Amino acid sequence: MIDFKTIVLIFFGALAVSSAVLVVFLRNIVYSAFSLIATFFSLAVLFIFLSAEFVAGVQVLIYVGGILILFLFALMLSQQLSQKAVKLSSTKLLPAVLLALPMLGIFLFVIYQTDWELVQNIQMEEGVASLASLLLDKYLLPFELASILLLGALVGALLLARPGEK
Amino acid sequence: MELHFYLTISACLFTLGTIAIFWRNNLIAILMGVELVLNASGLNFVAFSKYTSASLHGQIFALFIIVIAAAEAAVALALVLRFYQSSSSVDVETANKLRH
Amino acid sequence: MESLSIFLHNLTQQTLPLWIFVLLSIVLILFLITLPFAGFATYLERKVSADIQARIGPNRVGPYGLLQFIADGIKLILKEDIIPTASDKIFFRMAPMIVIIGSFSMFVIIPFAQKIVIADLNIGVLYILAMGSFVALGTIMGGWASNNKWSLLGGMRSAASVISYEIPAALALLNVILVSGSMSFGHIVDQQKFFNWNLFHNPFLFISFFIYFISALAEVNRTPFDIPEADSELVGGYHTEYSGMRFALFFLAEYADIFVICAVATAAFLGGWHVPFLNYENIAEGVQLPLQFIITLTKILVLFYVVMWLRWTLPRYRVDQLLGLCWKFLTPLSFLMVILTSMWMLCFGGRSFYGIIIGFFS
Repeated sequence: MIDFKTIVLIFFGALAVSSAVLVVFLRNIVYSAFSLIATFFSLAVLFIFLSAEFVAGVQVLIYVGGILILFLFALMLSQQLSQKAVKLSSTKLLPAVLLALPMLGIFLFVIYQTDWELVQNIQMEEGVASLASLLLDKYLLPFELASILLLGALVGALLLARPGEK
Repeated sequence: MELHFYLTISACLFTLGTIAIFWRNNLIAILMGVELVLNASGLNFVAFSKYTSASLHGQIFALFIIVIAAAEAAVALALVLRFYQSSSSVDVETANKLRH
Repeated sequence: MESLSIFLHNLTQQTLPLWIFVLLSIVLILFLITLPFAGFATYLERKVSADIQARIGPNRVGPYGLLQFIADGIKLILKEDIIPTASDKIFFRMAPMIVIIGSFSMFVIIPFAQKIVIADLNIGVLYILAMGSFVALGTIMGGWASNNKWSLLGGMRSAASVISYEIPAALALLNVILVSGSMSFGHIVDQQKFFNWNLFHNPFLFISFFIYFISALAEVNRTPFDIPEADSELVGGYHTEYSGMRFALFFLAEYADIFVICAVATAAFLGGWHVPFLNYENIAEGVQLPLQFIITLTKILVLFYVVMWLRWTLPRYRVDQLLGLCWKFLTPLSFLMVILTSMWMLCFGGRSFYGIIIGFFS
């Protein structure tokens, strides 16, 4: 008898993978963008099961609320209403799949052949507070660098998207 | 066994992301592929940090990945819009000129 | 306070029927709270607007027109449900559902009283912000799927305003997290006994409250920030093509959203169920919860009145003014507030303004 947690896990795992398949293979790119929501959301649920609630919250906040809306914004600015489907060249599909499938094979081989050193009796620390102290203590330098990166990205994006002087 | 489950999902997402990067013509679709790849690595970090060390270090990495993905998306989409303004298309095949 | 992962874990560890029962009861509670409220809110809105414009407002259905919203609801259900032929059928149907799921799921963590909360999550504040983005997504989806240029423009405006105003709103709530040291709303409210409302904790939180309220108003597309549905420019904005019950869902979600932002402002800044000179330990057990519930609801409704008041007094912003206000004024100001609040916490050892004054006399 499979317990219910497993069913929920498998459901969201399958949702993540199948919606990612739709993201890649759908002809209409707006559909791809919308099915990316399902991928992000089910990944957030998986994060919760991995006792990473904060990461899950940030995932939904940044990916669904920020990045995806940016994508949709760019899509709507760069596409005509009437031309709904964008043409896709199928000639490049074969090499792409031929390149990607062996990679998947290697991944799966490594995943199932390696003898992972697993921790028995997982006792996670209490989430958000210790995450914060870790972030502002041990990982302070990357944290500050990330803020500089974000500032640079902000200025760069503004500069790039501005209409030219001419 | 649960670790294998998460790793398999992340491997699938990574593969699908690379397919999108190699195959798609539309710049925005390629960016979506990049997001899938980044997400897959984030899932890996979080899963490993839970099952192989029961610590929070992997979650920090996942957070940094999300931050970097946000920065990348902002800059890349600004580039896409710029490209669209100059060539009125988001097809990478048309990006074959060195000036506009 | 409970951890979201433990909550989910416990939920899924239960046997199948109980799990479904829990889920169904949550959905039922959500509908029991939100639907009558949203219905009543439309009535309230009409009455308030009528009062502001020196009219009488609805007075035909029931005493004082109280049953007007039921009549409205029946009218909307009976109306023909039109789906434009050129629209994208799947997403046209999905958009109102996503909007309503997004706004109703925010009700899960609203603390009405000490124990009247569906799930007091440990990442409550983050959850509110994250779920708010689903509402925006539904709006954009509806705007795109209608295949109508007004709708699309409305959807894009909504996207722009949501990504922009999420920043000051989140930063203003970050000040609260700094002060309370927790993201759980139950914990945040518990720390605001008597005079210790976060609003008066220090001058910077006082400003943060207004930053949050303004940005949250803009995020739920409420006048004076309702450029996504500006009827003088965009016909009806993203819901131009929607009719009947689907339109009603957008409408309900809007009022549910306003209720949520008022409730969040109440819990985060206005002390939730705490009021000065009222010690709950001196009050009989049986009276406590209803009293807390009534106090919280009163605060929420007062804020709700302010929202309506703003709507019927202020003219609409222009779209560039709206984004300019966010990026040139509110965002820098909220960053400044975060820095100043952390400096306050550092200088005064986390004590509030009130605590410092009390410290002088003792």
